[in-house]
Amino acid sequence: MTTLSPTTAPVTQGNQIPRKRLYGIVAEFHDPAALMAAADKVRMAGFRWWDCHTPFPVHGLDKAMGIKRTILPVLVFGAGLTGTTIGFCLQAFTNAASFSIWALVWVTGYPFLISGKPLISMPAFIPVMFELTILLSALSAVGIMFLFNGLPRWNHPLLSNKRFLRVTDDRFFIVIESRDPRFFASRTEQFLKDLGAKAVEMVEA
Amino acid sequence: MSSLPVNRQTALPGFQETDNTAENPGVRAPLVLNMDRFGQVTRQVCQVAESKKPPFAWYAAFAVSLALVGLLGFCVNYLIFTGVGVWGLNNPVMWAFDITNFVFWVGIGHAGTLISAILFLFRQKWRTGINRFAEAMTIFAVICAGLFPGIHVGRVWLAYWLFPIPNQMDMWPQFRSPLLWDVFAVSTYFTVSFVFWFVGMVPDLATLRDRAKGRIQQFAYGLFALGWRGSNRHWHRYEVAYLLLAALSTPLVLSVHSVVSFDFAVSQVPGWHTTIFPPYFVAGAIFSGFAMVVTLAVPARQLFGLKDLITLRHLDNMNKIILVTGCMVGYAYSMEFFIAWYSGAMYERFAFVNRAFGQYWWAYWIMVSCNVITPQLFWFKSIRTSIPIMFALCLVVNIGMWFERFVIIVTSLANDFLPTSWDFFTPTWVDMGTMMGAFGLFGTLFLLFCRYLPMIAMAEVKATMPQANPHWSGYEAHDDHGHAGGSAKPSFASPDALRSPGSGPDGGPSAL
Repeated sequence: MTTLSPTTAPVTQGNQIPRKRLYGIVAEFHDPAALMAAADKVRMAGFRWWDCHTPFPVHGLDKAMGIKRTILPVLVFGAGLTGTTIGFCLQAFTNAASFSIWALVWVTGYPFLISGKPLISMPAFIPVMFELTILLSALSAVGIMFLFNGLPRWNHPLLSNKRFLRVTDDRFFIVIESRDPRFFASRTEQFLKDLGAKAVEMVEA
Repeated sequence: MSSLPVNRQTALPGFQETDNTAENPGVRAPLVLNMDRFGQVTRQVCQVAESKKPPFAWYAAFAVSLALVGLLGFCVNYLIFTGVGVWGLNNPVMWAFDITNFVFWVGIGHAGTLISAILFLFRQKWRTGINRFAEAMTIFAVICAGLFPGIHVGRVWLAYWLFPIPNQMDMWPQFRSPLLWDVFAVSTYFTVSFVFWFVGMVPDLATLRDRAKGRIQQFAYGLFALGWRGSNRHWHRYEVAYLLLAALSTPLVLSVHSVVSFDFAVSQVPGWHTTIFPPYFVAGAIFSGFAMVVTLAVPARQLFGLKDLITLRHLDNMNKIILVTGCMVGYAYSMEFFIAWYSGAMYERFAFVNRAFGQYWWAYWIMVSCNVITPQLFWFKSIRTSIPIMFALCLVVNIGMWFERFVIIVTSLANDFLPTSWDFFTPTWVDMGTMMGAFGLFGTLFLLFCRYLPMIAMAEVKATMPQANPHWSGYEAHDDHGHAGGSAKPSFASPDALRSPGSGPDGGPSAL
């Protein structure tokens, strides 16, 4: 397919060519099928620090890129259990305990006796426990998702590339970063061109 | 590629519609009309926020809404500075318009969450056309709902007593009270709905950021787009988080109106003390919420030229849901009556007969005719797909569902156990002004949303287009369905290149 195989290039940070510091190379594609086929090949070529950028999640691209499933759901489950526990402790302490604890200030529980019901009235505690479970799970799902994604960050080298800005509209991109051990500017550029990219551009860091 | 033939129908001059409601089991009906490129979707949605001036009707509606917000501000301040006596409440009727409005607005919100969460779990792709503004509707409705319990407590400055805040009086909320469950349910509902709405909007805000010409727009959209750049490693976690939010919001939305119904059902008042209330309230909430979505969608798609994205099929589907939930509500009304008779409880039986034939008979029959009889017209496809008729019917349903809450609350209280204390509730001008003002607040927020934010979930709509499927334009390799994918095997991969990608600073991006 190509004589300039990137896998035969010397493993280097690509500093042989005098130039400004590179963030990486972006390759533009016009439809999801072309992107998928190219992503397959980039993964097969052994790149690690690379990514696909799409206007919407493309079905099957995770597999083509070899992305492992995130552990997010496990963490969210933990957050949910925390919420349940907080919900129970909050109600049991404030409505049934007669001792003091330190929660920023010293606070004392108040054992409410309402029409002879038990102090720890579990059925009545369920709604608030449930709501706090949902609240903590939902907030942690979003918070951890953004944390793992390294967001929010308001500047990024890619966002300074005019062509790349159409990624949120109708274009599909593969980006290979210069920090990848297999990255070698000219060869990687040629490699991406050979994958059928409509345009290939260098992006400065 | 393959799509159903769509024929033009001209119901009214100037209101041309493309009919995509025909069912053909062999072919998926198109959800995006007259567009086959992703860029067209972007442009059609973004032109609303990017246009220099909105249509004249927007200004007119905004002026009316803003005037009503002024009225709301006046009425609320008058109430706070004078006391709850300015409302028409009397001794047996301690709850009236305030709680009616609260339950009404919380109910309106439910359709948004149903569309964004439950229809997502059921893989209903048509939800993508309407979910964004239905979710916005949810948030604004819950804001309106939250206002009423806040101001009806009498001493508004002590509203913080609702929350378990450590204080020097060692005073805590009473967690065995459904009213306190309500505080937690509604505030959780608002927070989670807001997060769900915002997370869904981040990729679309990035679209607006990347298209923005002016510095202010670039900054404002850029701030809230959080630096989103469509990375597939991000999309992966994003989709998992979105699925989790949908799965968490589904029990949440069902719990919220259940908890609201506990405010009544857990008490001993005849007419309130019924076990049917939680499912009955949830069905009613979805019923009224969908009616409100249609009420908002019809003018919005007309005004902002979004008919190709909010198609007749979307409206038809929503009208079907209104029909189903309307039948559930009708069933609940009749079952309440049956149980009142069957229970043999004297007070319960009186409460229901009194509801239909007592001093509030007119409210009861407005409720029945609006909520049970009117939606039955949606059995006819010609009515489900007629824009003016569905708009009128949905307005009727909105009115009916407001009256449902009024009937439940006021008739049960006005004629309680002791006939000597019976009374009749008459709203004052402050009651009326606050109710109208809440509609103004809702309208103002919704109009601002339509003007400045992406009204349709662009990324999600694009993903449902047939062109978004890699197989559509011939991607064969790496097929999920087990076909051989040899044709696309790269010829240049050396054996050591096929090692599985590692993780961490040297082996590639974090795999978390």
